[in-house]
Parts: sequence; C-alpha cells; structure tokens
Amino acid sequence: MENLYLMMAPLFSLKLLIVLFFGTLFGLILGVLPGLGPTTGGALILPFTMTLDPLSAIVLLTSIYCAGTYGGAITAILINTPGTPAAAATCLDGYPLAQKGEAGRALGMATVSSAIGGIFSVVVLVFFAPLLAKLAYEFGQPEYFALAIFGLTMLASISDGSPIKNLIAGAFGVLISTIGKDFMTSIDRFTFGINELSEGIGFIPVVVGLFAISEMLTQSTLLDQVFKRVTLKAVKLPSIDDYKKTWKTILRSSGIGSFIGVLPAEGGTVASLIGYAEAKRWSKTPEEFGKGSIEGIAGAEAANNAATGGAMVPTLALGIPGSATTAVILTGLIIHGVRPGPDLFREQPEFLYGIFGSMLIANIMFFVFGFFGAKIFARITLVSNKLLWPMIFAVSVCGTYSLNQSLIDVWIMLLFGAIGFFMRRYGFSLVPVIIGLILGELVEGTLRQSLVIFDGNWLMFFTRPIVLTFFILSVIALIFPLIKRKKIKND
Amino acid sequence: MNNVQNKKRANKSSLPFFFTNSFIVSFIIIIISSILLIVTFTFDIVPPILNRGIQPATFPKALLVLIIFLTLIVYFLSLKIPWKKEKKLPKQFFITLYNFILFIIIAKTLDFLLAISVLSFLVSYFWGERRIIYLLLVSILFPIIVFVLFETILGLRFPPGIITNIYYY
Repeated sequence: MENLYLMMAPLFSLKLLIVLFFGTLFGLILGVLPGLGPTTGGALILPFTMTLDPLSAIVLLTSIYCAGTYGGAITAILINTPGTPAAAATCLDGYPLAQKGEAGRALGMATVSSAIGGIFSVVVLVFFAPLLAKLAYEFGQPEYFALAIFGLTMLASISDGSPIKNLIAGAFGVLISTIGKDFMTSIDRFTFGINELSEGIGFIPVVVGLFAISEMLTQSTLLDQVFKRVTLKAVKLPSIDDYKKTWKTILRSSGIGSFIGVLPAEGGTVASLIGYAEAKRWSKTPEEFGKGSIEGIAGAEAANNAATGGAMVPTLALGIPGSATTAVILTGLIIHGVRPGPDLFREQPEFLYGIFGSMLIANIMFFVFGFFGAKIFARITLVSNKLLWPMIFAVSVCGTYSLNQSLIDVWIMLLFGAIGFFMRRYGFSLVPVIIGLILGELVEGTLRQSLVIFDGNWLMFFTRPIVLTFFILSVIALIFPLIKRKKIKND
Repeated sequence: MNNVQNKKRANKSSLPFFFTNSFIVSFIIIIISSILLIVTFTFDIVPPILNRGIQPATFPKALLVLIIFLTLIVYFLSLKIPWKKEKKLPKQFFITLYNFILFIIIAKTLDFLLAISVLSFLVSYFWGERRIIYLLLVSILFPIIVFVLFETILGLRFPPGIITNIYYY
C-alpha cells in the first residue's frame, strides 16, 4: 500500500508532471523522426539532466523511452519507414492498412496496443524488479561475472545482423571499455600517450557518434529517397470488432514483450518481431498478415512497448541494461550518483516507485498525445533532412562537449560516427557495441575479483550453482540463433 | 532453386576474392586487431604482489583473439553465403565526411562555434538546400541558440576562439 502511494507521488508533483509532459513530447518527436530514437535522444538530453534532481532526470529519460518507442509507429504507418527499429514490424501491416484509406484505424490500434503493452510492462516491473533485486543479494562477484557474460552472449540473438557479427560488435564494445587506466592496477592501456584517454572513453561520445552521427552519414546517402505519404484525417479508436479480434493478441504480445525486455541486451526490436510472428501464428486469418491486418499492428506495437518496462527490470535490479536505451538510462543513474542494484530497493524505495509511477503516467500521456496529436507529429517528418541533420549535428557536438568540457570527446564522437556508418553498411549491428561498452567494466572487474577470491583457480567458477546456471543459459543463447536458422530453413 | 544457385554463382565469380566486401572488411578488422594485440604486449607487467587475478594485458588480449577468431568465421561463412553487394557511396557522403575533417580543423584552430556554423552551412548546401533564409537559419541562428542554451543552462564554458572570445568578453 505504501509502495502504491509512492508510485502515485509523481501525480502530486507539479515539477515531475512538467518533466513527464516534456519528456513524452520530446520522446514522440524523436520516435517520429526516422533515424533518431529514444537511444540517441536520451544520450543528447543527458547533459541537460544534470540540472535536475536524480528522480526528475530519470523520469525524463524513461518518459522519452516510453513515448519514443511508440512514436516510431506513426511514421511506420504513414510513410512506411519505421521511426525507430522497434517499429519495423509495424510497417508490415500498418502501411498497407493506411494505403487502404484506414490510416486513422491503424494508428488508433497502434496507440491503444502500445499503451496497454506499456502499462502491462510497468505492472511486470513493479512485481518482478523487487524479486530480482532480492535474488541479487545471493550474487557475489562470480555470479555478476556469469550474468554479464550471459548478457553479452544474448547479443547473438539480437535480430538485426548475423549472430557472429553481433558478437564481434559486442567484443568491440568491451574492448573500448578497456581503454584508459586499468582500474585495478592504474596501468595505461591503449592510451597511445594521449593524456585525455587515461580516463577512458566516455559512453555518451560513443552513443551519440554511433547513433546520431552515423545516421547523419547514412542520410547523406539517401538524399534522393522519396517518401510516399498517406494522408491522415484523424486517429480513430478501435471499434468493438477490432477489440474482439485483437484483445488476445495484445495480451499475448504484452507478455512476450515484457519477457523479452527482461532478458539482458534484448529490447523492443526483438520483442516486436516475436510479438508479430506469434500474432500471425495464433491468428484465425494469417493470410491477412502483410496486407493490412489489424492483429499484426496490435501484435508488434503491444510487444515493443511492453519491452520498455521489462528492460527496466534488470537495469534497476542488477545494473545490467535490458536494451540500448536502458544503457543510456543506466548511465544517467550513474551520473546522478544512483547505484542500481538490490540496495537501491531497500534504501531508496521512493525513488524507484517514483520511476515506476512516472512510467505508468508516461504511457497514459503518450496515449493522449498520440490520439489527439498524431496528425501534428506526422507533420514533423516534413522537416527537410537538409535542415534537420545539420541542426542535430550542432546539438550532438555541444551535448558531447558539455559532459567533460573536452574536445577529445567530440573527436571521439566523430570517429565513432564513421565507424558506426561502416559497421551498419556491412551488416554489423550497433546495439551490441553499446551493451558491450557498458558491460565491459563489469565483466573484467568481476572476472579479476573472482579470480582473486578463487586464488586464480578458474575451475572454481563451476562449483557455484548460479554461475553454472548462467553459463548454461549463455551456451543456449549462443546456440539458439543456429537452431532458429535451421528451423527457418526446414520450414 | 536454379535461380538461387545461379545468383550465388554470379555473386561468387564476379570479383576476385580480395575485392569482395567480406574479404576487405575481415582483412581490416584482423589487421587492426593484430596491431592492437601487438600493442598489448607493450603494457606494463604488474609484479605478482600487486597483481590481482590476471595481468592488465590479459583481458584485452583475450578479447582481440576472440575478435580475430570470430572474424575468420564470418569470412569463411561469407564464402558459402556471399554478402549482398552495397551501392556505391554518393558524392554527398564524402563531402559530409570531409566536412567533419574541416570541422575539426576549424574548431581546433579558429573557433568552436564557427566550426559548427561552417559545417552546418556546407552540409545543408551540399545536400541541396539553396534557400538563403534557411541556410542562415541553420548555420547562424540555430548554432547560436544551441550555444547560448548550453552556456546558460549548463553553465558550460566553450573553448576559446575568435567568436567565443567576443561572447565571453
């Protein structure tokens, strides 16, 4: 009961409501703009959160996350281009339905299913995050090492890119985390005599470079691309028939999305693809999928928004990001001196339940904004890339510089922009780099501390049941993409 | 079925192996990783009394070996299933990239704000924007707004330069 009161606290705080309002608005704008998204947006807004108290800062980031994930559906339905990767599956049925003159119905279903998925996932978060945090009390250094390894092996299952390429990208991310002074012995590694590199490479320059600057380079190759727009009169709430047809799909996808979200490193993109596939598998009319099925939209959208709450579970309970955007939120927590983990649940419940409550309100807010404002948000895509991207560049440069007031960070950002462009061009996903970078220090630190505990005996890892469980799960995570590929081949 | 095989054959036979994307990308990754691997041998070695678990070079070494190993797998898999052929990069891409270099030079030698303005103008212009009002908006008004916003809200001090010095003066 006390926790419920703590959850409702943001409703009575004008400051938090204002933060939520702007976070949701900003998230929707970012989600609507193809190439941008909650990850880039969160990274760009991070310096500004320094002016806020920790709760307001994280509320701002989480509301951007929730609204940005939904916002991708608007462009997916109206211009057949997903605003965010998580909305890719929404294009499959959203655009064909819009072409039939039912854009309002498609957007209505996307809005309702996204909001239900998001709210469902907050309930999951409220129940499961404290349970997982309690379990984390059993974790020592070896367990955290095994968990981080599990998180990294899960990168093989991220949908875009081949599993091995994803693992290479993940290892690259971990490698970046080793740059700078070794935190145990203070020995310089890969600094090449550059003093500024002794502190290591910051998370924000890498994220902004990989996502914003590489996207700018990508956009420079797509200048002749012409979007076919579908006109939208108004968003329509789904009819009783639509609800009857989709309520099971929405609930199923909400469950799938929440579960996928909880898994380390997996996010809304994987969730929406699985949610969509399962909606098709269980549908009475699978032949309609790809031609404007309302169930397809519901399946994908409920799942990707359900992944938002799910992804916050390991982020808050264990300090292991559930997705690329939660990696940014995790950085936000660390910057504000909040250490995620079991102690956070015991010592700062008002902070945690404030976040949970805010996520709930953000899901309701984007429903209202989306329902009444989708037409306006869709117009944002009319802003020409020739104007938009130079402006994003200016914000990226100043945002990156502002964290440490260091020009080296800006050069690093540009370098990673170029690296990110070529990685994407040759089929390497960028998300694993981010996850690898954020887990890198944890992997190495816990490995070395474990070896100290074990007196250098590696075999001792296998004597601990939780470690063994995570190792087995890691092997499954590595084998799973191969089995999946074989199954697809056989089908 | 035949079509698929013909396509694969066409992809395989059209270029010598060292011109294929998979070879070039794998080669670059392996070369860079090998250089970094050699660099790890130059890291200081910690005496046993200070060493906690493993040497500071061990973990990066293991990672680099893993990257090389996985890249070799990727390359050999590409012999079976060739990578799709990428379109040639347009001139705007290279112009944008050159502008980044120009940005670094101007920011380092003249002024940070000026560098942002010049890049914004050039990118916008070479991407096809010709309306002078919009060019001015993007290259002068917007960078100034961002500059002032960061400066006032975050209390940021931008690096000194010909324009920034006037602002701070």
